[in-house]
Amino acid sequence: MAKLARLRLSDAELEKMAGELSGILQHVDRIGELDLDDVAPTSHVVELENVLRPDEPRPSWPREDVLRQAPDPAEGAFRVPSPQAEA
Amino acid sequence: MSGLLELSVAEAATRIQAVELSREEYFDAWREAAAGDELNAYLWRAEERAVESDGPLAGVPIAVKDLFCTEGIETTAGSRILEGHRPLYTATAVRRLTEAGAELLGKTNMDEFAMGSSNENSAYGAVLNPHDRARVPGGSSGGSAAVVAGGLAPCAIGTDTGGSIRQPAALCGIVGLKPTYGAISRYGMIAFASSLDQCGPLTRDVTDAALLLEAMQGGDPCDSTSVGIEGGIRAPRGEDLKGLRFAVPADLAHDAIEPGVRAAFEATLRRIEELGGELAEVPLPHAEHGISAYYVIAPAEASSNLARYDGVRYGTRVEPEGDVVEMYEATRAAGFGDEVKRRIMLGTYALSSGYYDAYYGRAQRVRTKIAEDFAAAFSKFDFVVTPTSPSVAFGLGEKTDDPLAMYMNDFFTVPMSLAGIPAISIPAGSAEPEGGGPQLPVGFQIAAPAFAEQRLLDAAYVLEQSLNG
Repeated sequence: MAKLARLRLSDAELEKMAGELSGILQHVDRIGELDLDDVAPTSHVVELENVLRPDEPRPSWPREDVLRQAPDPAEGAFRVPSPQAEA
Repeated sequence: MSGLLELSVAEAATRIQAVELSREEYFDAWREAAAGDELNAYLWRAEERAVESDGPLAGVPIAVKDLFCTEGIETTAGSRILEGHRPLYTATAVRRLTEAGAELLGKTNMDEFAMGSSNENSAYGAVLNPHDRARVPGGSSGGSAAVVAGGLAPCAIGTDTGGSIRQPAALCGIVGLKPTYGAISRYGMIAFASSLDQCGPLTRDVTDAALLLEAMQGGDPCDSTSVGIEGGIRAPRGEDLKGLRFAVPADLAHDAIEPGVRAAFEATLRRIEELGGELAEVPLPHAEHGISAYYVIAPAEASSNLARYDGVRYGTRVEPEGDVVEMYEATRAAGFGDEVKRRIMLGTYALSSGYYDAYYGRAQRVRTKIAEDFAAAFSKFDFVVTPTSPSVAFGLGEKTDDPLAMYMNDFFTVPMSLAGIPAISIPAGSAEPEGGGPQLPVGFQIAAPAFAEQRLLDAAYVLEQSLNG
């Protein structure tokens, strides 16, 4: 699960969290006792029509302003370590 | 000078508009007060006044939770991972306030990414409760509640996902309003759980809450879920509660309510009757499952929303030897605190293949049942009332080792969030904490049907006037 969430956790952290998460899930599992077969799920509470904005071009954020926020900008882009680092 | 700080926002705004009070003098008085913050409530304070506009809030200094993006001003959401982040734009809610004449006084401390009920999850240290500095101010908008209650700001805004405005308002003895989902734009509000997050005011009184709500509410093309409140909001008024029906949840016999809080709650119910309001019990059979549903839905949405913090586009990065995935993992491990990691893990689990229906799917169905319970109650009643929090402010460190005990603080506030309806907490009496000690504030929560904010504020105002009188 930590791998899926892209979190590096130490063994001690994993052990502590496993205990805490089991406690929380045990509480949450009580909703398993409810009869919910014919109930529609709610993903959103406000009844909304689809909202469309006019398809008009407008300027984006200036590239240099956006890149100024980045930890490692280079050559007009975000630089990251290689996806295939040498072992 | 000190007399200025005692004015309500509405009074100060009226005097500024009548040119009986200068904007500079009023702002400087508050800036000086904010500079004396000993509660760790501010993360940033304004050195000078920004460009001023005229409007109903002309000259009103405002403290803003650090979850709202403010152009060029550091916005961290209480997290290490956003340390030094200076957004390119300002959140719509904040922009509307400044366009109405308000002036940014400071950014307030908060639980990291709004995840917490005590403010102890901030990467920048806990906020102290102004009534007793050994106790928490509540959370996650704890800084916003503490600055208003502690005399460090005349008013503040915060966000509420499962109680994060109402609970700290209760624990600090001030007014906190969570509007209907969709009343105020979420644009520029750093996302925690997008189907629940809503912005709202934390103020000294109900009239000031109405003033801030009116300035902030309205549809926004940048948030397709924002629709605003039809007809807008005027200053609350009323003399009594005659003809209004208040529902008390029948299964409120919840063991976790402290005796002092229960006594204060019951005294407020008697006050409602004295004011002519009618009281009756109503079943809300699914409300007790609110915490379970909430702690599936909110972490699920959070695990998705927080995927963007990967050390690439903004914020901090940790770069170990290795590939890009190792950079992501190391950045997130160093940048997020324990509670955020716990919720990301919980949410990732609830959304994972094989568990999705058992957790996320079921939680969404419970959400429907809770909304139906409220709809049934509102077919016969105008309001549903509860204590805001099962306890008064608890001690720093008292619940940090038990996440579930911490989550139970939200027992009374989460159901309204899941149903998307508005709810206000007003100060209503005080109680001795369990284990003894000086009296601490107790909050009284009133919930109303979606977009019935005006009616809610009017009733809260009548009750407030009576309790203060």
